[in-house]
Amino acid sequence: MTATEQRETPEATLAREETFLQHFLHSLWAANTVTVTVLSIVLAVIVGGILIIVSDEDVLNTYSYFTARPSDALNASWDVVSDAYANLFKGSIVDPAAVQGWIDGSNGWQAVFSPISETLTYAAPLVFTGLAVALAFRGGLFNIGGQGQAVIGAITAAVAGILIPLPIVLAVTVAVVAGAAGGAVWGFVPGVLKARTGAHEVITTIMLNYTAGLFLTWIVLQRGVHDPDRTDAISKPVDSAARLPHLLGDGLRMNLGIVLAVAATWVVAWLLNRTTFGFELRAVGANPDAARTAGMSVTRTYTLLMVVAGALAGLGGATQVLGTAYALTPAVAGNIGFDGLLVALLGRNRPWGVLLAALLFGALRAGGNRMQSFSGISLELVTVLQALIVIFIAAPALVKAIFRLRAARAARLQTSVAKGW
Amino acid sequence: MSTATVDDLTAVAEVRKFWTRDRKAGLVFTVLGVVAMGWFGALAPAETARFTLSEDASGAALEINGQLGAVLFGAIAAAAGVGLLTGAARRWLGQLMGLGIVCFVLSFLCWQVAGKFMPLVDTAAGSLELALPLILGAMAGVLCERSGVVNVAIEGQFLMGAFGAALVGTLAANAWFGLLGALVGGLIIAALLAVLSIRYLVDQVVAGIVLNLLALGLTGFLYERLMQTDAAKYNEPPQLPTWRIPGLAEIPVLGPVVFDTNPLVYLALALVVIIHFGLSRTRWGLRTRAVGEHPTAADTVGIRVLGTRWRNVLVAGLVAGAGGAYFTEVATGSFNKNMTSGAGFIALAALIFGRWTPVGAFGAALFFGFANKLATYLSATGSSVPSQFLNMLPYVATIIAVAGLVGRVRAPAADGKPYVKG
Repeated sequence: MTATEQRETPEATLAREETFLQHFLHSLWAANTVTVTVLSIVLAVIVGGILIIVSDEDVLNTYSYFTARPSDALNASWDVVSDAYANLFKGSIVDPAAVQGWIDGSNGWQAVFSPISETLTYAAPLVFTGLAVALAFRGGLFNIGGQGQAVIGAITAAVAGILIPLPIVLAVTVAVVAGAAGGAVWGFVPGVLKARTGAHEVITTIMLNYTAGLFLTWIVLQRGVHDPDRTDAISKPVDSAARLPHLLGDGLRMNLGIVLAVAATWVVAWLLNRTTFGFELRAVGANPDAARTAGMSVTRTYTLLMVVAGALAGLGGATQVLGTAYALTPAVAGNIGFDGLLVALLGRNRPWGVLLAALLFGALRAGGNRMQSFSGISLELVTVLQALIVIFIAAPALVKAIFRLRAARAARLQTSVAKGW
Repeated sequence: MSTATVDDLTAVAEVRKFWTRDRKAGLVFTVLGVVAMGWFGALAPAETARFTLSEDASGAALEINGQLGAVLFGAIAAAAGVGLLTGAARRWLGQLMGLGIVCFVLSFLCWQVAGKFMPLVDTAAGSLELALPLILGAMAGVLCERSGVVNVAIEGQFLMGAFGAALVGTLAANAWFGLLGALVGGLIIAALLAVLSIRYLVDQVVAGIVLNLLALGLTGFLYERLMQTDAAKYNEPPQLPTWRIPGLAEIPVLGPVVFDTNPLVYLALALVVIIHFGLSRTRWGLRTRAVGEHPTAADTVGIRVLGTRWRNVLVAGLVAGAGGAYFTEVATGSFNKNMTSGAGFIALAALIFGRWTPVGAFGAALFFGFANKLATYLSATGSSVPSQFLNMLPYVATIIAVAGLVGRVRAPAADGKPYVKG
């Protein structure tokens, strides 16, 4: 790859002498981050469309006489795919019918903002877990433990919300802080093991994820936590004072979580770029030996880094349980930890990039719900889309080859440095 | 393990430390033994614990007083620990650690079984069955990782294998075609892993995790679209038959467990032997290890690094796919969303706990299978020990192993590092 880049340098110098518009168009089809990201999403959507078609028996039947009347098959395919993706859009951004209804006065303003509210609700925990992965990445650690840290964060936040009766503002603060502390503990373990014994964080965090999951299934059933009125595995509901307040009235699920998420993004960006700790962690991430030679404590940085990352993921779990779920169940954290990993990769480990990526994933999740109920397309399609997007993002060379993009001048595409165990 | 990076940074000087790994292991076992003696012994009722040599309460049995057993075996574990701690028995490190683990488990069992009975044949058969996917998954991991490709996608290969077995097996109404479908399912994920990590140099852990999610989404999507709407047509795979080996199956305890079971068990046991000897005794094995430890050197002497990795990753996909068939064609009769629920990661844990060797991984898989079986046994007998904590055992044991508290595990040197011919 480096060889082709070098060969194209004269072309690049030439391009710089072109006008701005030419330059823009020229860059557009080069393998830069924006183009690759957009094309990755396009590719994922296309593959998703193919999946919808091949799993629909009625549409497949029209393909049996494709040579006789191709228009039938094409129309049927187009209908089922466009209907699915239209619902994905209506469920996540805006539904034109609801806007029309608001103008007519047949429904309230809530219906117009409901899709956006859902998107932001789903995005909030992903911002936290995404930041947890991205921050660790910048320090040279691959934190796969977002899931476990979020689970523990959800547990501590919920337990605080259930067991500690406090007045309204204090209760939610204590619960959120408890969530962060729980996640921090779960991040501290792999951090300190990495720093002291060299145990690879990928292995320890994977193992801690499942340990946390089993711990959750156990604690849900314990006396004091388990809801005595229910036979299934669910905890008592979180005290209403400890819940994250809704932002747009109780009709919409959007809650304080998204505000906290944006604030966290800002804090992480500030931490990374403006503080000594941020400088040290970037230095350690770039080259631990050099950082040590320069007098930085690598052990301290690794440990602190994982504590902060764990706290962020713990906040994600807390947002989930205090903002939407309101009770612990074995599936309370869903898949937000692993989704956060994808979000971090898609956001290229930059705080604001993570925020945008989380919004996209939140939109997919919110739209997926509508797609499931209106078009009958399984919500799992969203998981497929998310995985595909990140596969293409992670392999920019693949996207480049498919679309025959020119090599980018600034090749900052590599999402992460492969380092193995 | 990239211990080098941090060890180099934190190591001070060449001091002959008192706390060697032997001594640390000895300390751990001493503590475990004392805990077993004091805690298990104190809690165990002074009643007889019966370990019957059959599938139920009848027949011949090994019997011991629960309290006595708990204290006795705890004492042996502690003695093994003390032996290591004093440094007197350093030569028998492996054997003593094995003895310590076994005695600790026996002490625990004496406590739990006191006043009840434990059918040994049933326990052994159940452990082996639960260990079966772990063995196959861990072998897939060995094949991949010894050639330098990290395989975090075992879970995804299991899922696709299980799905493939259910789909093809039902459509063809034949268990063997189902197995073939499972192999193809595992192969698909393996091929994607190979393309991404070998051809496009994607971080192999990232590729593995994303492929797991892809497999989860894909099988979940197709399950809801096809299998849920018409289960009879797509999701009722026939079960794999039971093969009874005449003669050998008559051996007490061992016979019914190992020689009267499904073909996947024979496949798994054969693979352990084949891969063990293959890795250490054949040209393929030498090349695989060379590529996994030092690809540049291997390339210099003319070994095709990328070709070797491709081949190993694809074969690993077939093995893990067969492991996936277990879920739909042996354990249950149909596919379900996310039915593997983390088994692929326990297989990964077994691989790491077994120090990336086939025999070690096999032992670890059996141990984890036993822990799993024990958890079901305890929750069935209404034990005070929550089954969730026993299920945590594989994960916690692996963390302890990786942290070097007991022994040392080291990955192949080039594991996870993409090779670019320079």
